[in-house]
Parts: sequence; structure tokens; C-alpha cells
Amino acid sequence: MSHPDAVVIGAGIVGAACAWMLSREGLSVTVIDEGVIGGGATAAGMGHLVVMDDSEAEFTLTRHSRDLWLTLAPELPEDCEFRQCGTIWVAADEEELAAVHRKHAWYGERGVRTEMLDARALAEAEPHLRPGLAGGLLVPDDAVIYAPCAARWLLGRVAFRAGSVSRIGSGLVVLEDGETIDCGAVICATGCAAIRLFPDLQLRPRKGHLAITDRYPGFVRHQLVELGYLKSAHGTAAESVAFNAQPRATGQVLVGSSRQFENDSSEIDWPILRRMLNRAFDFLPALRSMSVIRTWTGFRAATPDGLPLIGPYGPHENVLLATGHEGLGITTSLGTAELIAAAVLGKTWLPASK
Amino acid sequence: MVTRFEVTVNGRPIQVEAGTTAAAALALAGVEACRLSVRGEPRAPVCGMGICFECRASINGVAQTRSCQVLCRPGMPISTDAG
Repeated sequence: MSHPDAVVIGAGIVGAACAWMLSREGLSVTVIDEGVIGGGATAAGMGHLVVMDDSEAEFTLTRHSRDLWLTLAPELPEDCEFRQCGTIWVAADEEELAAVHRKHAWYGERGVRTEMLDARALAEAEPHLRPGLAGGLLVPDDAVIYAPCAARWLLGRVAFRAGSVSRIGSGLVVLEDGETIDCGAVICATGCAAIRLFPDLQLRPRKGHLAITDRYPGFVRHQLVELGYLKSAHGTAAESVAFNAQPRATGQVLVGSSRQFENDSSEIDWPILRRMLNRAFDFLPALRSMSVIRTWTGFRAATPDGLPLIGPYGPHENVLLATGHEGLGITTSLGTAELIAAAVLGKTWLPASK
Repeated sequence: MVTRFEVTVNGRPIQVEAGTTAAAALALAGVEACRLSVRGEPRAPVCGMGICFECRASINGVAQTRSCQVLCRPGMPISTDAG
């Protein structure tokens, strides 16, 4: 086999973005995955491209990454279903509305466009939300995407190798079938599965459920997220649900979300699915009479501090991690890829001509 | 004694007997397709027992409702305009 400059393990959206960025920089790249492209958490997630404000680090990575997606959008094929539908953070009561005002100011100070919606403006923007909500914050530049197709597009010109990795070392990847690939850099972007290659990593699978409806075009127009989502997403409770609804290009409505630790079965957990859907019915009462045609689960790679693991890890500076993105891997894949490329390029273990 | 009442199919009033399904009302009204598929092909009821989902129509303003599983009620709006 050839000796690529870089091997990326994992063909999810993060691995695909890393491979795309490195090959754009002129490196030869091979991507290895034991499954299909974008078949893990990439296929299970909502594909919401969102700026988050839980910490400065999270904000910086999500904002920059979202803007990279906006720049890339005109090049994406239609099957990626990129839509700049915007996010509305929904405030249920006056207390949450106060938090929305703070969020508005916080984003404004950092140059992110947002717009305050009072109760009436919210009802006009999303007529199917229940009456009596306090208002919301519109983030018009947030978007949605169908990530498995985006991953496939990013890997368009990158060599793909089906296989399972048994061991990695400095400039070395050993496959289960015994083949050894010598390379410059090794990037591990396998989400939760990174603990198989790095057993000491503080990564835990955090299970999520989603449901998708039949086609009801225009039922929701923006990605809707309850403000309480932040408490759910970043709290440490063993189980939580939050209202999250997304318009798909097909007219379908994608409904979330749930978060569970200590549940590593991919089976539907009916009690939590029921809680999740009841939460959604609470915000969108008409959803109750609509048809859900599919439900599924997936596993986010969660770290103790909620921040991803990006960069060299372990004893070798040419072995890098790109994992631990929890629920933000699709958004932050492009920013992650820039960080990985910056860490890889110009190192002495690459040929001087690169 | 048979109870008869009116429903509307695509805005047009038609008389049905109590116990008539919305799918039957569509047929009585001479509507051949209850909806269009994703690729724009006409679709009509197949199984008549709620399994095949081919008979979906908009009933009482709710799109994607299986018309074979809903009994007509007086004044019920049934339409085939939803995709």
C-alpha cells in the first residue's frame, strides 16, 4: 500500500472534514472506517449547525465552524439539504425571556447576528407553537444540513479503505487483517469508539433519541430549541429531555431530544421517548395528531467538561485526536479540521515539500 | 334507518352514510388519487386496513392521515391537496 501523509480513522463528519481539509492542503490522505461513510453518530444526529454560548471556547469553535459551513454552502450538492433556516431559542416564561435578553447581548458583543422576538413576533414566526410563550431569540445565520451526504461529499476525492484498526503507533496504523500502513500523521476521529484505541480517554457514550414525522411542509420554519435545552445539554443529570424541532427539506419534522448516560443499548427506550415527545407536544400541540414514521437512537461522545478533544495525544506528536464533540460534531467538524490541519502541517515528520 | 350527512371532499359537499370511511368518501366523490407521492405519482388506498399508508389524505386539516381508518363525521373536511 502507498504511504499516505495522513491516515484518518473514522469516516463520520469529523473524520471526513479532517481528511478534506488535509487533502486541500496538498497532503495525501487515506480514510479508514469499519462501516459506511457517515453511518454512526453522523447519521443519528439532527444536523443543526448552531452557535452555542455555554463557554467562550465552545462559542469560538461553534461560531467559526458555522461560518465555515455558510461559506461552503454554495458548493454543497442538493442532497446535503443545506438550509439556512435559523434557530429560534424559545423562552417559555419571563424568567427565560430574561435569559434570552442576556443571550442577545452576549452574542451581540461578539458580532453574532440575533433578533429578539416578543410573544407576538414568536407566534407570527412559528404559528404552531402553543399560545402564551414569552418570546424567543432568532439566530438567522444558523442552519441545518443532512450530515451523511455532507460527509460523503467531503470525502469525494479522498482514498477510502474499509477496515478495522487494531493498533496505532507513531506514523503507523495496523489493521485487524494484519496489514500495516506507514504514514505521516494518524488522526483518530471515531467518536465514542476512540476508547478502543485509547482506553484511558475520559469519553462516555451519551445516548440520544430522535423521531421524524411524515411530510408536513411549513409546519415549523426554523430550528426550534427550548431555552431550557442548555440545562439539559450541559447538566450532569443521568437522563434529560428537551424540546427541539427542525424543518427538513422534505417537509418532515425532526423531533428531539434526549440525553442518557449509562445506557449503551441502541434499542429505543420507550419511557424516555414518551417524555421527549410529550415535551415536544407541550410546545407544538398539533404535533400530537401527526404521524411519526421513524424513531432511532445514537451515541454522542461526551467528555467530562463538554469540550471536544482535538490535537496530539499520547507519547507521539503525530498521533492526534478529533473526538468528544458530544452533540456538536456536525457543527464543529470544519473548525476541528482546521485545528487538526494546523497541528499537522509544517511538522518535521512530513516531507519538507509539503 | 340509515343516517346520512354531508362531508366535503376538496371543498365539494357530498352525502355519505354513517359508518362510511374517509377513504370511501373519496371514492364516492370520484377522487382517484388521495395524494401524490414524493415523486409526484398519484396514490390510492390499497389495503383498506391501516397497514399500507397509501390512503393518506388531509382530514380535519391534518395531513398524512390514513383515510381508511377514519369514519366520516358531519361536516368533516377531506382533501387531497397535501403532498
